[in-house]
Amino acid sequence: MRPVIDGFPWITDNLSLVFDKTGVHLLIAVLALLISIAIAMPVGVWLGHVHRGGFAAINISNVGRALPSLAVIAILIGVIGLGRNTLIVALVVLAVPVILTNAYVAVDTVDRDVVDAARGMGLRERQILARVELPLGLPLLFAGIRTAAVFVVATVPLGALTGTDGGLGDIIANQASYRLEGVVGAAICVAVLALLIDGLFAAIQRAVTPRGLRGQIDFAAVQTAAASNPQEEGTP
Amino acid sequence: MADRKAAGAGAAAEIVFSHVTKHYPGRRAAAVKDLSLVVPAGEICVLVGPSGAGKTTAMKLVNRLIDFDEGDITIDGRSIRELDAVELRRGIGYVIQQIGLFPHMTVGDNIAVVPRLLGWPKQRIRERVAELVELVGLEAGDRDRYPSQLSGGQRQRVGLVRALAAEPKVMLMDEPFGALDPITRDRLQNEFLRLHEVERKTVIFVTHDIDEAIKLGDRIAILREGGVLAQYDAPDAILASPADDFVARFVGADRGLKRLALRRLSEIELDSPNGIPPDAPRTSLQTTIRDALSLMLTEGAENLVVVDDSGEVAGLLSVGRVSRLLAEP
Amino acid sequence: MSGPPPPVVIPNFGGASKCVTNNDLFCADWVQHNWGSTLQPALLEHLRLTLIAVAIGFVIAFAAAVVARRLRFVEHPFTLVGALLYTIPSIALFQLLVPFTGLTETTVEIALIGYTLLILFRNTLAGFQAVPEDVLEAARGMGLRGREILWRIEVPLALPAIMAGLRIATVTVISLATVAAFIDDEGLGSPIFRAIQSNVFKTELFAAGGLAVALALFADAFLVLVQRLVTPWARRERT
Ligand SMILES: Nc1ncnc2c1ncn2[C@@H]1O[C@H](COP(=O)(O)OP(=O)(O)OP(=O)(O)O)[C@@H](O)[C@H]1O
Ligand SMILES: [Mg+2]
Repeated sequence: MRPVIDGFPWITDNLSLVFDKTGVHLLIAVLALLISIAIAMPVGVWLGHVHRGGFAAINISNVGRALPSLAVIAILIGVIGLGRNTLIVALVVLAVPVILTNAYVAVDTVDRDVVDAARGMGLRERQILARVELPLGLPLLFAGIRTAAVFVVATVPLGALTGTDGGLGDIIANQASYRLEGVVGAAICVAVLALLIDGLFAAIQRAVTPRGLRGQIDFAAVQTAAASNPQEEGTP
Repeated sequence: MADRKAAGAGAAAEIVFSHVTKHYPGRRAAAVKDLSLVVPAGEICVLVGPSGAGKTTAMKLVNRLIDFDEGDITIDGRSIRELDAVELRRGIGYVIQQIGLFPHMTVGDNIAVVPRLLGWPKQRIRERVAELVELVGLEAGDRDRYPSQLSGGQRQRVGLVRALAAEPKVMLMDEPFGALDPITRDRLQNEFLRLHEVERKTVIFVTHDIDEAIKLGDRIAILREGGVLAQYDAPDAILASPADDFVARFVGADRGLKRLALRRLSEIELDSPNGIPPDAPRTSLQTTIRDALSLMLTEGAENLVVVDDSGEVAGLLSVGRVSRLLAEP
Repeated sequence: MSGPPPPVVIPNFGGASKCVTNNDLFCADWVQHNWGSTLQPALLEHLRLTLIAVAIGFVIAFAAAVVARRLRFVEHPFTLVGALLYTIPSIALFQLLVPFTGLTETTVEIALIGYTLLILFRNTLAGFQAVPEDVLEAARGMGLRGREILWRIEVPLALPAIMAGLRIATVTVISLATVAAFIDDEGLGSPIFRAIQSNVFKTELFAAGGLAVALALFADAFLVLVQRLVTPWARRERT
């Protein structure tokens, strides 16, 4: 139990190191997340708008969820070589499926009657997407980003095991230098970071929900709607 | 073991409520209060009354899904308190409005649940399932289908025969047809009456629909709020002489007409067919008096010619005769 | 740069094919030579680690869900413990257990089991809670005993949710078991770490990484198949 308790004072004793590593950690995570969103969102949203590729979209998410993170990093090291970029690419590969599938489901499941009404009122396809489907689908869309964000933050430390930066993982994977207190302290930081990110995105998710829909949406349920599983979170 | 035999095949049992009271904890009013009534073996007793009158509660006391506080309930002279609740329930058929079919079992498996629990031989179970599936008008192929593949009416039929499967002496039915459309409900009511002819059970049937009660019940128990028994009698007697204002209001201002609907022309004495007006409308002996009256009113006729199955004139019905019938006690 | 301790055995470059000495993209001959000695054992170890963790995790989570189904107050503490375990980064949890159970398979299994609990508990309980009230009432009214209701009605009806939980738990464990080689040198993580240490030996990275991916996808597909088989009623909708 001692090291667990000592983990907290360790953090305050090593604040500059913790800030340093947290900075790298967040930099890697944010980069990976932004690239994933840039790739997955347009594809998912477009497929959802045209209601095509539903089978593929769902299966991509199942496959993506199944991929072992370390194995993906290993394979990419074989292709790209060691380095921070490899870790980022791996994180993108792992984060894209959940964002894509949620984006697809978010737009695909918008009430068809509402969309038909918009079409009947003379809105162009792009206007339908921008003014009807996206606003109504945003909560679910952000649910996917939220899951991906937590996952990415929790997975960055693997970088330390695979010969590159791992943010706070550099401390966690180096007991020899930082002793168990340091390992625990850094682990606490990662856990807190993940919880903060989760809370942040939950708040965003709430904020982007159209007023008319608020109160009708069970946010805990929304997060899982895409995969129709009661539980789906970032892998530790 | 002895209990199982006692609850055994085919027979019906007398159910007696004596001074039964049920109080839900945390509620001021009783749900069932000092209820005493006798349901003779093989009869259908319908519990009616407004919502919250305690119908469901009274019914569930019988299979001990709810335990009463005071009084006693006996089945064939044995207090249900003396019996093991689970053994008791296996000898009592139970049908609810939501049906509660087991979604993961086929129709056949649903029907076979209680016989299997009772350890019936496989062959007997198979025969019983086949018999019931046919009795209730499902196709043999429906036996292997899942509840989600059936229509609402079919599901309720399955619910009905599932309750009958182990040949219980007693059936408890809580608004079993409440969720069906009028046509399907009517059909199922008729099927239920037919089934009751084939397999006579003692039935306690809960509904809030007085017409259903009149149609199905040998006896009707009318409950009022607070679980108090307002009147317990045969349908005709209740319609003829309601015990109080509450009952009169509950059975409706048209209770006279409802009463006429209970009797067919074959059951009353008709006037002699002398001097039949040539243009008088005709109807059969099987018509209810209510429908006959309706016919006279729509045709604007004073008299109706009643013919038997072979088309021979059996007698004459006049409007005056109908109103004299209404005045009978 | 930090990382796992230096490997004891460096892959045998001497006497190897030109492909291997050049560290070309993929050398089938190396895989062939090392299948029996390295890759296959690692795969089997990985499978064993996974099966044990998921099986024990399931037994614990299932038992807890059965209790929580009736005693609602159990749900919260168990979820809390599960969620706490779930937020600890795996590399840290493995190390935290080492002072107690050493650099052993036990350490690895305890951590892996910990990660399955939340998923399996939540899904199983959600499955129980989704059993319609009228079905339960009919079962009670027909004279099924508590245990009969559990095994004949509630468990079968919860199977889709339980199987969904098993799928997530299984792929999660397969993923984390590769990381576990950091503590206990077995499973498919071990050739991966060795390959990184030995000048990024590509063939071994592809082979071991590929096997881990294949194992996860195969396990997931297998469980989907099992789910279809054990829940035939959930498939056939009314036409
Ligand atoms: N489990 C319970 N706990 C507390 N009170 C209950 C419970 N079940 C029923 N009651 C109360 O007991 C009274 C009788 O309820 P009951 O369900 O027997 O009425 P009912 O005649 O079947 O009504 P309905 O026609 O609406 O089904 C009501 O006031 C009801 O609120
Ligand atoms: Mg009721």
